[in-house]
Amino acid sequence: MSQELRHIRVKVNGQWYEADVEPRMLLVDLLRDVLGFTGVHIGCDTGHCGACTVIMDGRSVKSCMVLAVQADGSEIMTVEGLEKDGQLHPLQEAFWENHALQCGYCTPGQLMSAYFLLSRNPNPSEEEIRKAIEGNLCRCTGYVNIVKAIKAAALKMSSSKAG
Amino acid sequence: MSKAPPEIISLYTQDSSALTLKWLGKPLKPKEDYRLVRGRGTFVDDIQLPRMAYMAFLRSPYSHARIKRIDVSRAKSMPGVLLVWTGDDIKRRMRPLPQATPPPARNAIDYPLAVDKVRFQGEPVAMVVAESRYIAEDAVNQIDVDYEPLPAVVDAERALEPGAPLVHEEVGTNLIAHVHYKWGDVDYYFQHADLVVEAKFHYHRFTGAPLETNAVVADYDERADVMTIYCNNQAPMEWLPQLSAGLNMPYPKLRVVTRDIGGGFGTKLINYVYMILAALASKELKRPVKYMETRTENLQAAAHNAERTCTVSAAVRKDGTVLALRMRCVDDDGAYSRHEPAGMTVWAQVSTGMYKIRALENDYYAVFTNKCPSTSIRGFSRAPHLFMIERIMDRIARRLGMDPAEIRMKNLVGPEEMPYMTPSGGIYDSGNWPEGLRRALEAADYWGWRKRQEELRRQGRIIGVGVVVGSDSAGPNMAQVKMYNPGLPYTGGTEGALVQMTPDGKVRVILGSSPQGMGHETTAAQVVADVLDVSYDDIYVQTGFDSFSSVYTMHSGTYGSRFAPIGLSAVYLAAARLKEKLAKIAAYLLKCPEGDVVIENGAARCAKDPQRSMELRRIARIAYGNVNELPPGMEPGLYSLAIFRPPFQNPDENRRANLALTYSYNVHVVVVEIDPETGMPKILSYTALEDSGRIVNPLIVDGQVHGAIAHGVAEALYEKYHYDENGNLLNPTFVDYLVPTALEIPDMKVIHMETPSPFTPTGAKGMGEGGGTAVQAVISAVEDALAPLGGELGESHADPETILRILKGAARGKSEV
Repeated sequence: MSQELRHIRVKVNGQWYEADVEPRMLLVDLLRDVLGFTGVHIGCDTGHCGACTVIMDGRSVKSCMVLAVQADGSEIMTVEGLEKDGQLHPLQEAFWENHALQCGYCTPGQLMSAYFLLSRNPNPSEEEIRKAIEGNLCRCTGYVNIVKAIKAAALKMSSSKAG
Repeated sequence: MSKAPPEIISLYTQDSSALTLKWLGKPLKPKEDYRLVRGRGTFVDDIQLPRMAYMAFLRSPYSHARIKRIDVSRAKSMPGVLLVWTGDDIKRRMRPLPQATPPPARNAIDYPLAVDKVRFQGEPVAMVVAESRYIAEDAVNQIDVDYEPLPAVVDAERALEPGAPLVHEEVGTNLIAHVHYKWGDVDYYFQHADLVVEAKFHYHRFTGAPLETNAVVADYDERADVMTIYCNNQAPMEWLPQLSAGLNMPYPKLRVVTRDIGGGFGTKLINYVYMILAALASKELKRPVKYMETRTENLQAAAHNAERTCTVSAAVRKDGTVLALRMRCVDDDGAYSRHEPAGMTVWAQVSTGMYKIRALENDYYAVFTNKCPSTSIRGFSRAPHLFMIERIMDRIARRLGMDPAEIRMKNLVGPEEMPYMTPSGGIYDSGNWPEGLRRALEAADYWGWRKRQEELRRQGRIIGVGVVVGSDSAGPNMAQVKMYNPGLPYTGGTEGALVQMTPDGKVRVILGSSPQGMGHETTAAQVVADVLDVSYDDIYVQTGFDSFSSVYTMHSGTYGSRFAPIGLSAVYLAAARLKEKLAKIAAYLLKCPEGDVVIENGAARCAKDPQRSMELRRIARIAYGNVNELPPGMEPGLYSLAIFRPPFQNPDENRRANLALTYSYNVHVVVVEIDPETGMPKILSYTALEDSGRIVNPLIVDGQVHGAIAHGVAEALYEKYHYDENGNLLNPTFVDYLVPTALEIPDMKVIHMETPSPFTPTGAKGMGEGGGTAVQAVISAVEDALAPLGGELGESHADPETILRILKGAARGKSEV
């Protein structure tokens, strides 16, 4: 049943937004339906698929497992925030180069989990990569090119930092 | 059987003279990926329309029950609820869905909402449309239904027994269809065989589980009296009769649109039931209505594959030659015939696999049960057919003490027999299967693994090696449905394409397909670039399908691995015709004999005098605007529309026919080790050889191979639906329906051969479903591991419990000795 609305503020991809939401509203619905970040996808109802993964206050979260009110005051990054000045993020470049997607539905979640991994571990092993995207199901690629793309992006990002 | 007769070969052989081979085969970055890596795809749930309302369903908790009473009053009175409908409301608004089954099964009455009775768990019983999805789901919980549970029938073989509960009383039996064919002198070969090997196998129930579930937005425009349905159906035009009957609207008033689709794998063929309900609601409310299926709804009630149980007998010579096969099979199609029993006859000709088997007897039954309706999940039809032959080949090898690779090599059709005609009239277009097997064995170090297997076994480790040869028959001839229902007016297999050079010299392409990640925008652009020799970047392919602008036939869509053999052939034809027109205009403008005009690098030039040349974009400008310069009498514009029609025929009086245009093939070699404690197999090595004819884009082909392997490994080791005896589905969520993660799917080595198909202008063959080869290869490997312990697998799914039972049985056997 609908309850009293709560006023919240969230910073998404660098910009503050305000909204009045039902306490039961999921963060993913806020992001998609209220704020228009439709790159955040919904693939299940049990928190298993990872298509809705976003970065919240520096950590990757499944936005279907967070209430919008819990995100009050938080800083969130979605797939739409990866691009900078019209330039693809090295992870996006690598996904494209390596055809690390087919239908593209899990891709935003994969990218955000990979982004979180590389923010903590710039040179992950294959095993670490597989572990990091364990919570992101893909039905098209068999994960082969996703793993390859994350490796390629890590290499590119660390060499550009070194250079 | 033997090489196909020359008149058949010439009938099928295609002209490919317009190819330049400059753009085919290149790993060009897929066009679709740019928007998708930015999260800017347009999936159905991304569509937001003004005043949009949301639909939700109440679903049956019972697999079989009479609906005694439905009370919707509380739901109806909730604020924000716009509409609550039950089966009776639907029955008043539409005719039942047309049935493609033969009598008496066609008497089954199928409505998108249950009427009087529910027939599977999860069947929609009532629907709510409300101002928000949250309110719609709240209201669903306020609907009360009184059910009278009925005995359920969940076992397909029992469904045929007298006295079994009837899924559809009006049919009078649970039998949907029965076919019985004999091709070649089966009895003779069984009488003259040295031995007959027989086994019973079960192909289990699973699904494709695309990450995007079924979704629809229906938007009725009262002013224009047009219904627009944004959907993620894989073949919307195949269901025009269902939609038109359901909505009582003529085809020109029905606009069906697909954009990006988040995977399909066959599950999104029968979501037309949602399309009809959303559209009826939109018409009623005069507002757009959205429905997005939840994952649980999707896994429980959207679309499973048909289970198959077969008794397979093979007539064999002592030297390992397999002479003939007999198959008696029962397909479990679930509660409604919304797509099946097609899989029973579709590609029945691959029952003999890739082998020179002389005769075949198929005795197939399809039945209703109280389970989720079935459809064509990836690998459809060929996977269960090929599973049977590949499993029996392993059993024969073991009986004769032959290596599984050797018995396959002995029976494979040779390259000199191509194109090869099977006993049932299938025409395998091209390939060199023995060479494919040799290369795969070498790449996988098969013989090395056999040696290591012996050593490791001595150390007590449980290692198995599987080798399987499979086919990805592609581009279906729909006339195969006539094999179970001769009256169906649905034959052939066609696709349309429009290629237009716009006045600026760029190229616009519109396809009839509705892809779900197969890269059609990319490969179509490559074919157009190749034929016209213009830049790949100058080609713009419309995303998805739109029945108000796409060129379609009633076969249009993306299923049956049909884009490469049929869709791309239409693209080729349209581009080749455009090229001809460009050459005609150029000849006139350049004052050059038409035969001397060369179209190259975005320009037309005269071969005899290269100075005389003209950029294509100048020709385009003339063709649309400066038309007085065109050759007299020539029609302006540069539109080229083509519909490709393979020379398919109906089954003859003996039900022989070619049922697919191309036959890709693959060889998979898998090594597994079984953990003796848990019974869980681990894949140590996976090698796949793929020959899908000419490769249009290697990135896309490899991606499809990876995906097919992942699905096959999943089906063999992780994904299986469990129904209890009352028809309760025990694992309808991602918690217990085990979709593998990156930690379960092994690394895989993919190698290629490239034997162009003579039957498509591009030489490409359909591929991507994998024909279930991965399932068979994994099961083959697991059984190989268990064989010394006396274990055999009767199913396409090897779960640790089954394996542990075999291991424990073997241990007990030993202690008894």
